[in-house]
Amino acid sequence: MERKIRGRWYVFLLPTLTCFAIAFLIPFIMGIGLSFTEFKTVTNARFVGFENYIAVFKSSDGFISSLIFTVGFSVVTVIAVNLLAFFLALTLVKRFRFRNFYRTVFFMPNLIGGIVLGYIFQLIINGVLLNYGYTITSRWSFGFWGLVILSIWQMSGYMMVIYIAGITSIPGELYEAARVDGASSFRTLISITLPSVMPSITVCLFLSLTNSFKMFDQNLALTAGAPSGQTEMLALDIYNTFYGRTGGEGIGQAKAVIFFIIVAVISFVQLRITRSKEFDS
Amino acid sequence: MKFVLKKTLLYLLLSLLTFVFIFPIILVLINSFKTRFVIQNSPFSLPDSTTFAGIENYVRGLEATDFLASLGRSLFITVFSVVLITVCCSMTAWFIGRVKGRLGNGLYLLFVFSMVVPFQMVMFTMSKVANVLGLDNPIGIVFIYLGFGAGLSVFMFCGAIRGLPRGVEEAAWVDGCSVVRMFFSIVLPLLKPTLVTVSILNAMWIWNDYLLPYLVMGSDYRTIPVAVQYLKGGYGSVDMGALMAVLIVAIIPVTVFYLFTQKFIIEGVAAGAVKG
Repeated sequence: MERKIRGRWYVFLLPTLTCFAIAFLIPFIMGIGLSFTEFKTVTNARFVGFENYIAVFKSSDGFISSLIFTVGFSVVTVIAVNLLAFFLALTLVKRFRFRNFYRTVFFMPNLIGGIVLGYIFQLIINGVLLNYGYTITSRWSFGFWGLVILSIWQMSGYMMVIYIAGITSIPGELYEAARVDGASSFRTLISITLPSVMPSITVCLFLSLTNSFKMFDQNLALTAGAPSGQTEMLALDIYNTFYGRTGGEGIGQAKAVIFFIIVAVISFVQLRITRSKEFDS
Repeated sequence: MKFVLKKTLLYLLLSLLTFVFIFPIILVLINSFKTRFVIQNSPFSLPDSTTFAGIENYVRGLEATDFLASLGRSLFITVFSVVLITVCCSMTAWFIGRVKGRLGNGLYLLFVFSMVVPFQMVMFTMSKVANVLGLDNPIGIVFIYLGFGAGLSVFMFCGAIRGLPRGVEEAAWVDGCSVVRMFFSIVLPLLKPTLVTVSILNAMWIWNDYLLPYLVMGSDYRTIPVAVQYLKGGYGSVDMGALMAVLIVAIIPVTVFYLFTQKFIIEGVAAGAVKG
């Protein structure tokens, strides 16, 4: 049977692999190659060695400040989103009326796209700041906290759903045993719930971290990097280097390669750490 | 007594949170009925007789963005991409799961690897490749989505296929069933829960995607997110009234879809996380 399936590779593999090559594999390899060149279109590339990479780390370029902004934003967002989501999940696993209604409402923001969300929050935040004579682009900190609030609003419901699935799959006997032993509800949370939902925590930390780190649409719509690029996150910085600067393509591609390496390292390290925690418990 | 108090507090807290979650959308809805110049300066006021704009904003907004065309385009691209992704990726995953050895493992690793790569890494070169191959239109972009969405989808189908019983397939094989027919009449029905999950995750992503359709198709073929950004991105003062109206009509299709399918969506997301 295996030989027969192998023989039908053109049915099972060819469509997916062709598109995969066109949309991912070829562009990926070209991208790495082009990061070592200076180019306008893909065909007139000139080899420049590591020049683009050196240019990325010059202080006149916004890359390092974007990196710092992105890291700060991601740390704050991941902590806030997961705390709120976990709290919501703990509350919404209990049996009571309208439980599903609340779940439905908290999840909803996920279905609205980043661009639309960005403009919704721009309206609200500008409306509040107006009372003090500011707009969201007056200071970088306004944009920073604006993005954090928007992300909490958007991502909490998604993570909540994952935590709920994790908590409901904990066997009831564990709680029964804790009750018999006279454990307090806080003690039960620390000793039973938390270790049992470690796989969900892994997934949620991973998802919220990569989502925050790669954020683009919300950033573009909410502040577009204003004031003067101070609220530009990495993805937007790369985009602007490519399309907003003359002759920026090579440097933009070099930044993209660095961005890719950072994201890959984060994904790898994070999965390693949380996976090992799972085995301990 | 203490129990009742606790319960009341719980409901109060949840209702407050519900308000916080719905408020942004209500605010945009209210503003979409106000005349364009008062929105920026007093976003929190209700429209009165002088600031009520009726459906003027909607008329201007829909016209300026050619919204109905964008809606149709977004629908077309999302539906066909999702169908193509689920069918092709489940086939590929079955191939990977049943063909042992270096080929299957190598392909699997390649697809998993692609999930880690951020879009910015390939955006420039991919849009150039799409352009050269003539894929820079609503039909062509469906194939781009298949290629770019393959990583996650193949990965999830592979997880599901590992849990399938081999016995059924072997019995069909003994009965002389061809492998292609076996896949469609035996394997695919067994994959139904994963099909739903993969469809939902991809639909949510493709419907809301901004950068990929913008870079691949430019502003000749605007999807809904591109249309919203197009309205705001022009030079000169922004027509806040039209923007509010377009935001609302962009949210409506998603909300309606969500109200009918929320059970599947929420279950799909939870299932997707367990496998991811």
